[in-house]
Amino acid sequence: MSAFRPEGLEDTFTGTAPDEPRVAVPALGVGGWLRWAWRQLTSMRVALLLLVLLAVAAVPGTMFPQRGQDAARVTAYITAHGAVGHWLDRFGFFDVYTSAWFSAIYLLLFVSLVGCIMPRTKHHWSAMRARPPRTPRRFGRFPAQASTTVHDEPEALVRRAAAMLGRGKRYRVDVHDEGSGTWSVSAERGYLRETGNLVFHLALVGLLVAVAYGQLLHYRAQVIVVAGDGFANAETAFDTFEHGRAFDPAKLEPFTMRLDDFESRFDAASLAARDFTAHVTLTEPGAAPAARTIKVNHPLDVGGTEIYLQGNGYAPEVTVKDAAGQVAFSGPVPFLPQDQVYTSRGVVKVPDVSGGQPQIGLLGFLLPSAAEMSPDQWVSVNPEPNSPLLVLSVWSGNLGLDTGVPQNVYQLDEKGLTESKDASGKPVTLYVRPGDTVTLPDGLGTLTFDGMRRFAAFDLRKDPALAWLLTFALTALAGLATSLFVPRRRLWVRAAPSTGDQDESPTTVVTAAGLARGDDVGLAPELGRVLEAVLGSPVPVAGRPPVEEEGD
Amino acid sequence: MPPVGDLSTLLVWAAATAFTVALFAYSIDLARIADAAARPRQAARAVKTSTKANANQRVPALAGAGGPSSSYAPPLPPASEPSGAPDQGSSDAATGDAVGRSAKAEGIARSTHLLGILLLFSGIVLRGIAAGRWPTANMYEFTLVGMFVATTVLAIVQRRRVIAFLGVVVTAIAVLGLVLALNAFYVRADALQPALQSYWLVIHVGVAISATGIFTVACGTSMLQLLSAARAENRSHLEQPWSRGDVVRRSASGWRVTGPRFAWLKQMPDALHLEALSFRLNAVGFVLWTFTLIAGSIWAEHAWGRYWNWDPKEVGTFVVWVTYASYLHARTTRGWSGRRAAYLVFAGYLAVLANFTVVNLFVAGLHSYSGLR
Repeated sequence: MSAFRPEGLEDTFTGTAPDEPRVAVPALGVGGWLRWAWRQLTSMRVALLLLVLLAVAAVPGTMFPQRGQDAARVTAYITAHGAVGHWLDRFGFFDVYTSAWFSAIYLLLFVSLVGCIMPRTKHHWSAMRARPPRTPRRFGRFPAQASTTVHDEPEALVRRAAAMLGRGKRYRVDVHDEGSGTWSVSAERGYLRETGNLVFHLALVGLLVAVAYGQLLHYRAQVIVVAGDGFANAETAFDTFEHGRAFDPAKLEPFTMRLDDFESRFDAASLAARDFTAHVTLTEPGAAPAARTIKVNHPLDVGGTEIYLQGNGYAPEVTVKDAAGQVAFSGPVPFLPQDQVYTSRGVVKVPDVSGGQPQIGLLGFLLPSAAEMSPDQWVSVNPEPNSPLLVLSVWSGNLGLDTGVPQNVYQLDEKGLTESKDASGKPVTLYVRPGDTVTLPDGLGTLTFDGMRRFAAFDLRKDPALAWLLTFALTALAGLATSLFVPRRRLWVRAAPSTGDQDESPTTVVTAAGLARGDDVGLAPELGRVLEAVLGSPVPVAGRPPVEEEGD
Repeated sequence: MPPVGDLSTLLVWAAATAFTVALFAYSIDLARIADAAARPRQAARAVKTSTKANANQRVPALAGAGGPSSSYAPPLPPASEPSGAPDQGSSDAATGDAVGRSAKAEGIARSTHLLGILLLFSGIVLRGIAAGRWPTANMYEFTLVGMFVATTVLAIVQRRRVIAFLGVVVTAIAVLGLVLALNAFYVRADALQPALQSYWLVIHVGVAISATGIFTVACGTSMLQLLSAARAENRSHLEQPWSRGDVVRRSASGWRVTGPRFAWLKQMPDALHLEALSFRLNAVGFVLWTFTLIAGSIWAEHAWGRYWNWDPKEVGTFVVWVTYASYLHARTTRGWSGRRAAYLVFAGYLAVLANFTVVNLFVAGLHSYSGLR
């Protein structure tokens, strides 16, 4: 039985394979080249190279902003760095983990892994049902050895050893009659070590497949809900929606959710957040509305869809009347917090003005606890809404909403707009407190700050592969631990009648040896314990270092 | 600041002081061993006889190195000493007990080392009480617990016999780490932000810290392995003249590994045994790190709705994992075992350190919990 071994694997059980003889290039046909390439790809050295490459290739993703995490920073980076940014982009440095080179490395690694593991699995499968290898003629080369002389009869002694190894020590044993009165037992244990190794690698393949499966069938949506409002779980209700190719948006669970109340708690001294709780009412089809809470780290599970609390902030309620005195806009507008004290940025877009008038855009900040640092310099000093203040600049013209191009609701497209200026040419800034009504410049109308509501940002997500991912990950962990910590050992005990002895009582020469895969400090002591148990008295075991170091 | 928090800080300072004393004591021990080893002949002969007497039953040194395979009984007493009590003494002799070691220095080192561990442990416990939660929520606490694990693993590795070099390396790292934590990473003991309010803080972060502590000791062991191998093979870059900048070489030549300053290496376990010890530690560390990755993914799934988001910290953890995986492969690859594999241990440990410091302090990401600005 020839053991499969990837090129370059060092293994105490099968010895080190000699280097492949160098074949002259012209002698290789296409098939030869392919075979050579395959052998190289599945060799230990290439696997090692690919692993190191993978580690190195992952690093740039921490040095450059990534589109997947923060697309806005990528755009800013490219703008700031000109040609360099452009070239980095062409080589995928802003999408490292989906770039061709990164994918190539891990795909090659997995091909190499499969090419290496499959034949090994086959070999291990047959090895597990084979008998332990025959007792070697000489024990000289083994890392653990012992010898002694006793008065027992060789066969009985060997059978005793075999029984003991098979029972108490869980070895697979094979007794050999070697002729002329000499008997030996070969024993092997720890097949689990290789099993664990194979299971670990196969589980990694399973993990990759599960990730791909999840990518195909997942969906993720984001929705911002102002307290008092709700949404239905449908594509049209979401602010953003992405899904895998195989996911059918018609299959979204038909539930509705209302944000009743949002609670937040901050540390009085450090202003750090201490708790966020969203109180919601969930209505599933055919069921009565039910009160639920969603917290950070405690998503709500609705029929496989998880709802995560991802963010929160304040939504000032404003009413804008146009020049004709008609209400052109009224309602809450979520302002996105930019820092720990909830300095929040937002835009109020008023497109529905009376005929013939310019559309209005209000751009600026909401300060939950405003304090004037210096004249006209306001900052927020606390995330709690102690003294809210809206600080807005006023734009008028065409908001550009009817161009058909989707717009970011938190940004103002300034192309068709002009900013209102005062008599001295400085931009007009409105400071509005709750309950206040201010007149908009340029005769645009009036603005009323009616009050404030909380809003919460939710992520909705379903990934059917999660259970598989967890299973494969835990299987990999178990396989890894087994492959590293279960000792694989072979022990041999030989008993031969002593030759040329003049004593009246016949003596038996007992020799024993042990071999382990990898480092195994327990090998020599184990051989010692086995011999002591079989012979009834301790026998010194000579051990030498378990691994041979290569000179390079 | 609550007084319990003050007391915790004081205890950490005391622990740092105790480790500093231990560091000096280990250094003195190392220097004594070096002295004795440098004095030729008698010492060498003494070692030779002591090893020869036990040649028949030499077992791999450092048997109980903390790995799961360490629980085997002490070696059988040699047949020539039937009455020998089965104590640890005989195995000490078998592993080549260092000649010239200072019993006094070793005693001081051991006791201050243990005292430091106790002080640090109390400091960590009080920190947890002051904050009213499990104390692994920011860089300061992470460093304290990491150094606690490293020094404890060191104590376990050394429970039979002091390895002065390892003691010097690990206590030096512990002192530097603690002082750095107290001066640069310190934040007031405080409650948790919502994202960290999860039992995974105990599991995920706790296991990550333990793995870091173990990798620290393993890295020191691999350093010692390379020095020991270089000396045994009589190989030093400072031996031959350099083509450029030979002045530097000559001024540094006192520090060549083959020179008298490194004579203490003769008393150390040989490179093979150090490699085996480093492997066992790294194997445990790697399994823990794998668990850290998995637990982190589960937590990320709970908190952010993404099990893997290529956040800088996740990438760092991944790089560390792949680097140590390369190390495990290298060990079984022809031409890569031994010295080259040890380089991967250093690369892996550097990645661990960078993942902790650079990623926490200079890269913006979801794991920005240092509490520092």
